[in-house]
Amino acid sequence: MSITIKDVEHVANLARLELSEEEKEQFTGQLNAILNYAEKLGELDTSGVEPTTHVLPITNVMREDEPRPSTGVDKAMRNAPDEDEGQFRVPAVLE
Amino acid sequence: MTQATTYETVVGLEVHVELHTKSKIFCGCSTSFGAPPNTNTCPICLGHPGVLPVLNRQAVEYAMKAAMALNCEIADVSKFDRKNYFYPDSPKAYQISQYDQPIGEHGWIDIEVEGQTKRIGITRLHLEEDAGKLTHVDGGYASLVDLNRVGTPLIEIVSEPDIRTPEEAKAYLEKLKAIMQYCDVSDVKMEEGSLRCDANISLRPWGQEQFGTRAELKNMNSFRGVQRGLEYEQWRQAEVLDRGEAVVQETRRWDEAQGKTISMRGKEEAHDYRYFPDPDLVRIHIDEEWKSAVRADIPELPDARQRRYMDELGLSAYDAGVITSTKAISDFFEESLSYTKDAKAVANWIMGDLLGYLNASGLELDAAKITGQGLGEMVELQAKGTISSKIAKTVFKAMLESGKRPQQIVEEQGLVQISDEGAIGAIVDEVIAANPQSVDDYKAGKDKAIGFLVGQVMKASRGKANPAMVNKLLQERLRG
Amino acid sequence: MATFDMRLQDIHTQLRAGELSAVELVEASLRRIAQTDERIGAFLTLDEERARQSAAALDARLRQPGGEQGLLLGLPVGIKDNISTEGLATTCASRFLQGFTPIYDATVVHKLAAAQAVTIGKLNMDEFAMGGSNENSAYRATRNPWDVTRVPGGSSGGSAAAVAAGQVYFALGSDTGGSIRQPASYCGVVGLKPTYGLVSRYGLVAFASSLDQIGPITKNVEDAAYVLQAIAGYDERDSTSANVDIPDYVSALSGEVKGMRIGVPKEYLGAGIDPAVKEAVMEALRVYESMGAEWEEISLPHTEYAIAAYYVLASSEASSNLARFDGVRYGVRADNPDNLIDLYRKSRSQGFGPEVKRRIMLGTYALSSGYYDAYYLKAQKVRTLIKRDFDEALSRYDVIIGPTAPTPAFRIGEQIGDPLTMYLNDICTIPVSLAGVPAISVPCGLADGLPVGLQIIGKAFDERTVLRAAHAYEQHTEYHNLRPQL
Repeated sequence: MSITIKDVEHVANLARLELSEEEKEQFTGQLNAILNYAEKLGELDTSGVEPTTHVLPITNVMREDEPRPSTGVDKAMRNAPDEDEGQFRVPAVLE
Repeated sequence: MTQATTYETVVGLEVHVELHTKSKIFCGCSTSFGAPPNTNTCPICLGHPGVLPVLNRQAVEYAMKAAMALNCEIADVSKFDRKNYFYPDSPKAYQISQYDQPIGEHGWIDIEVEGQTKRIGITRLHLEEDAGKLTHVDGGYASLVDLNRVGTPLIEIVSEPDIRTPEEAKAYLEKLKAIMQYCDVSDVKMEEGSLRCDANISLRPWGQEQFGTRAELKNMNSFRGVQRGLEYEQWRQAEVLDRGEAVVQETRRWDEAQGKTISMRGKEEAHDYRYFPDPDLVRIHIDEEWKSAVRADIPELPDARQRRYMDELGLSAYDAGVITSTKAISDFFEESLSYTKDAKAVANWIMGDLLGYLNASGLELDAAKITGQGLGEMVELQAKGTISSKIAKTVFKAMLESGKRPQQIVEEQGLVQISDEGAIGAIVDEVIAANPQSVDDYKAGKDKAIGFLVGQVMKASRGKANPAMVNKLLQERLRG
Repeated sequence: MATFDMRLQDIHTQLRAGELSAVELVEASLRRIAQTDERIGAFLTLDEERARQSAAALDARLRQPGGEQGLLLGLPVGIKDNISTEGLATTCASRFLQGFTPIYDATVVHKLAAAQAVTIGKLNMDEFAMGGSNENSAYRATRNPWDVTRVPGGSSGGSAAAVAAGQVYFALGSDTGGSIRQPASYCGVVGLKPTYGLVSRYGLVAFASSLDQIGPITKNVEDAAYVLQAIAGYDERDSTSANVDIPDYVSALSGEVKGMRIGVPKEYLGAGIDPAVKEAVMEALRVYESMGAEWEEISLPHTEYAIAAYYVLASSEASSNLARFDGVRYGVRADNPDNLIDLYRKSRSQGFGPEVKRRIMLGTYALSSGYYDAYYLKAQKVRTLIKRDFDEALSRYDVIIGPTAPTPAFRIGEQIGDPLTMYLNDICTIPVSLAGVPAISVPCGLADGLPVGLQIIGKAFDERTVLRAAHAYEQHTEYHNLRPQL
């Protein structure tokens, strides 16, 4: 499998990254090298092998439905790049 | 409309229901509706760096309860996955949802349309977190983000494409809403957004097995809106097909004001949600013991109640269906029956006067002042002869307005029925004396004349005379 | 002897006797930082005022009857900059979080405060913990105190360098694929990666959630045991935290390893290993033999697949974990975006460095439609095979011992253009992270004047045996007492 600049552009779009032409070239080469290296996983027969999502056999971790105090609007806004009366302000989806 | 005969409509619905837990699904913030923006937030639901989710047990149990009430098979092992997409209402830029191991699968509910019962399959029911709210400002050039709602637990209920008409879609939604109310897992208020519905709709020529190309409809904010949106879309797709064109697979927005659906093409990119198991949460193992405990907590559901009203209380299928269609009315009915045995009388009052009043006033039952106890006591007063059916109408109206108990209304307004033979006899004598012409007419064989005389007696008693006794005494005197 | 070379117990004795004060410890730390950090570059943020205040408060309470009993009483600590500290900038060494001030403390920060350690400041790292050299910091490259032309390792390079340079008594780091152990090895200090789930991750800015663990970086094994004692334990705010009883770690340090069975994986001593590193490890094994332990060569057959599996899994999780850095609620927001999507793209592109972008790209690709089974799912299955290797080996041996890294610290700039080669440096640490088991790196000699680390790996939640083996070795060698000339 070999990935192209077009693939890199598609993935960058999914990841919401804006890449320069130079970065696109560079990532195409580097991702190909890494993915080619990752091809070696295919050498292993993993039929019947369960995937490991968690190394520990922990299940059913839950809390009771008890409200706790919120930290509130001031803390929510403390690091806001653009605030408007207690809400985060963002540009429209598309202009 | 030739189309109705040319094409068969196929609809599947995706319904989101907010569960009414006290705290959010993955943090301790309150889920209360209507708080000032961003006050019900903490680092976890704000998606700050380094935070971790911890699952609310009540949310899982509500989801199990809802899934059981929809006749789903409950998973033995369930898990949470991340659905990755960027949007300002989703602070982590992924939604914690369930991809391939939902809480429930393979369920069904029965709906009734035009007297026919039809079974609609439920593909799956899964648990996920709600998103925040955007308010568009500056003429649409900017949005404000309120994250209070982020993390409110939601269940998504996906139906099989078993629905064939907009009416069936509406009946399905009404049934779903009723079941959620009976289970007490949600407030199910569409106007507060605690029930939301998207639809997939396609058309195919009658007899064709393969589904046609479907459109996804969004932004339908009421049951009526769902029905109208589907009606419009059914017509639109038929027009497209009649022209020999192909329906485009796309998302369309229902515009209530314009009464039509509008393509969202171009505004929505092709999604690739990159689901993967959330490494911050562990699997849920649901054993038989847990399932039984939750199942034991499910109250009698509308279908069972309807059957019981028919079998044990002798109600018609129609009346029993209407009364059980919302939990509030059914509970009202049941409360009434604690005060009278006459279920049919109570049902008649509900079907006629009560629902008529609610329809006319646009009120929900919980906003009306009358209580189930009041209606039960009133029916009992009537059965004992304390009030006549005519007075009962007056009392019922007064109960709707004041919520007072019927006995009190009767006493305050002096509405007790006069059944005393002497008192009524005196009035009868006066009326006979004052209307010799009618008396003569009656005696000459004009039976109708007695009706006039009865009316005069009732008028003189201001409606309180027992009509049966008036009749009896008049006949005795005139024959005698 | 420099203050921070004193044993923890001696410091506490002197504190209680009034011969030493917490304020003096803080001042010693700040003085040393002022003297050395221009050359080392370990710190990103200092919390001088609050450090002085909390030390003074501790001193005041020390003079009252009963005194103070905190396990880490008065000890100056540096915290890796990916651990959330309320009111103290936490940037993950990323441009994206420049000036970001958290609104909450990580659980380990609460635990340090409860143990009465004094936070001095936040330590440099590879951006979002992605890297093994600290060259990926957006702010400054940390330098190795042993040779300032060399890297300190990473991603907890600032933590290891600060301890090696005597700037703090101990530090906290985080380890995803070797990020505590490898810099500890490069800087000649002790670094412990606990069993996954032993230390709460709440407040650790996630890189790869299924692998990340916080752990101590210290000058010796005893200190590591004390710090672990203070930070380990179940946390109801971390669903992946293990609800296990926490044993007494310090009491495990018996100095005894007689009869201990050691497995030495041949894969960790194969091609690519620096001969001097290999010799240091073999010499360490002879020390163990002399103490009555037995060792045998073993095989961890799936080792060669570990790096590929790791980069797929860690990058996939990272691509999702780092999506929240979108410029809406905190962090960098690009100026004058055309629209929302433009805001996302520009903010993220301006905020993230090349290695972070590369891993987000790799992870996004590996999770994308059509590739999930071939990469992510496959890597999770390979992870199972690697974990089985360790389960099997650790059923027969008490510990597994090998090098921490195949080479000593390399020169700054030497590998930056070649990410794949850089990834291969982690061959001895990554498999351990995938298996989730504990491992410690302890100094075991010098190669061309640069420190070499010995890695001791144990069974899940058996940190006591790992610490005992490391401590016994330390008792028979002097490498942990070597200090760089600064």
